[in-house]
Amino acid sequence: MNAIEVRGLTKRFGQFTAVDHIDFDVKQGEIFGFLGANGAGKSTTIRMLCGLLSSTEGTARVGGFDINTDPHSVKQSIGYMSQKFSLYEDLTVEENIDFFGRVYGITESALKERKAWVLDIANLHGREKSITGTLSGGWKQRLALGCAVLHRPRIVFLDEPTSGVDPVMRRKFWELINELSADGVTVLVTTHFLEEAEYCNDIILINAGKIIASGSPKELKRDHIKHPILEVHCSDVVRAMERIEEEPWAVETSIFGTTIHVNVENEQQGRDAITSLLHRNGITVNGIERITPSLEDVFIYLLEHGGGKG
Amino acid sequence: MNMLRLQALVRKEFQQFIKDKRLLPIIFVLPILQLTFLGFAASLDVKNIVFVLADMDKSSESREFIRSFTNSGYFTMGYTTEDYNTVRTYLDNSQATMAVIIPPQFGAKVLRRESVDVQVIFDGSEGNSTAIASGYAMQIINRYSQEVLTEIVGDVRRLGGVTTETRAWYNPTLVSRVFMVPGVLVLILLITTTNLTAMAIVKEKEIGTLEQLLVTPLRPIELIVGKLIPFTIIGLIIVTVALLVMVFGFGIPVRGSLLLLYAFNGAFLMTSLGLGLFVSTISKTQQQAMMVGMFFVMMPMMYISGFVFPVENMPVALQWVSHAIPMKYYLVAIRSIILKGAGLSELWFEGVMLVVMGIAVLAASVLRFREKID
Ligand SMILES: Nc1ncnc2c1ncn2[C@@H]1O[C@H](COP(=O)(O)OP(=O)(O)OP(=O)(O)O)[C@@H](O)[C@H]1O
Ligand SMILES: [Mg+2]
Repeated sequence: MNAIEVRGLTKRFGQFTAVDHIDFDVKQGEIFGFLGANGAGKSTTIRMLCGLLSSTEGTARVGGFDINTDPHSVKQSIGYMSQKFSLYEDLTVEENIDFFGRVYGITESALKERKAWVLDIANLHGREKSITGTLSGGWKQRLALGCAVLHRPRIVFLDEPTSGVDPVMRRKFWELINELSADGVTVLVTTHFLEEAEYCNDIILINAGKIIASGSPKELKRDHIKHPILEVHCSDVVRAMERIEEEPWAVETSIFGTTIHVNVENEQQGRDAITSLLHRNGITVNGIERITPSLEDVFIYLLEHGGGKG
Repeated sequence: MNMLRLQALVRKEFQQFIKDKRLLPIIFVLPILQLTFLGFAASLDVKNIVFVLADMDKSSESREFIRSFTNSGYFTMGYTTEDYNTVRTYLDNSQATMAVIIPPQFGAKVLRRESVDVQVIFDGSEGNSTAIASGYAMQIINRYSQEVLTEIVGDVRRLGGVTTETRAWYNPTLVSRVFMVPGVLVLILLITTTNLTAMAIVKEKEIGTLEQLLVTPLRPIELIVGKLIPFTIIGLIIVTVALLVMVFGFGIPVRGSLLLLYAFNGAFLMTSLGLGLFVSTISKTQQQAMMVGMFFVMMPMMYISGFVFPVENMPVALQWVSHAIPMKYYLVAIRSIILKGAGLSELWFEGVMLVVMGIAVLAASVLRFREKID
């Protein structure tokens, strides 16, 4: 049985369709990545799956329970970390942990052990009495994650858990998520950081409320990037990109830091065309190499071409 | 309802209270200030004072005298009785707020130009009405005696006339403050508790913590009761502070049972907190909750309960509405307990009304509470 099964799930706010007939399955114990630009409908979907928002159309089963007809059973089996920090900022770290532990019916002795675990993973030992609002972003997020999984749910929804977290902390965060998954917990996570998507077993990409791609990172790269990608190192990156973009042989062009990625029909013809084009424009070419596509390349390609925009 | 979850909620509320720096002034400073300011508030206008008449003369003169009351527009003759003693029953049951007792031989004495004593007795526990009504009564009687005597002899100054002896039972000194202060106490309790609870749930909605609460197994009834308990305790502290100011600051003793007084405080808190929570569950923002609480809870409670305008002065339609205003019953009960020393046998109806309304309002909040955020 799948941990989550979504069928034709739709959410409309008045005339506006935020989530548009989406279908997907999440397997037991996997890390499932949910990607999309701002306003794509990620949080709305998660909220429907947690029973926080009613669905306009369609259904979903979470942990075997229907979100429309049995939201209480759904709530018993999930943990949820919302995008916006939503622990009590005016309570201490310990008071927050105790409160959520008790609300979930954890016995006092078990709570002691779980509290130690949360303080462990959040690295907050010795700061139990600190007011939660005074913690910095990364610590807050880890405390929130701890509180969301305090009661050992089988399914966990994490809505952009790593936003506002520095790269080192982010790595630790993903170690935690991996540990959960190793324990058999199903994790559905949304993120803005495309490199984080590489840590997921399966991914869906949504745009304007519709799924435009799904599969494992490997499958996505194999299925969607048919063209070779050339990474161009050159002097005037912005102007170079503007020039290349105008050419018919450039399928897709985007800036990656100080380089340009160009999808071309044919590797050798592409190299020659780029070199002569930039040369004519007085831009120095320092090198062109073919690269293996990253998920970022895939998503940019999909958002520009493959994905129907609404 | 799960007791452990409820306990967790109540404990959390208190942990938040302790850290909230605004709460202490609300509990201790505000009641004292409000009571001091409003306790000295001015008297208010009165109309349609119902009186009971004991006419032991039944002459055309006595009828004429009474007509001068009923024609004034301020007084309505509600009851007549033959007996001095039954007058008391009408006042005790609050059926009438004033009694006019005309002695035998009234007409004869008036005609003989002798002075006559007419007794006018007031229910002093309705202090602000009483003070004004007695003023009107005096004026009317003075005018009457002038008219009668002018008619008979043409010159008033040389002669006696009808003199009145007004007595206020239950509030012998007739200080309006004595009457106002228990009312203000009620008002303070209303304002602070409605304000606090109207914010209670919508605040969590706004800062986002409600979203986290709603994914837990907490049920609406647990959430409502979990908010109700801490705020009831705060309300009882506020009322205690206000009572202490009343007794030791204003020197107004509680004549009745303290236990009964607190029972009524509790019953009223159930409805006022319930209304606040109801407002909180239907509002989207704190701003909205404040406005709704103001216009739909506090204003009707203040203006239609008899706190500002005596109920008997209101248009009939509003008098009907007043039956649905919990504060009306609470006000009557508190004033009667504090000023008259009334017991449960006189106030059971008010008690029942408050409890019934409290339960209804709380049930409505629980039912109306949305477990979704859309
Ligand atoms: N309660 C609401 N009423 C009206 N529109 C809403 C509501 N909630 C969300 N929306 C709209 O639905 C769309 C999807 O929002 P959602 O929060 O699901 O996006 P998201 O993918 O989580 O974006 P982000 O990455 O910014 O968190 C947005 O355009 C948003 O403005
Ligand atoms: Mg979001």
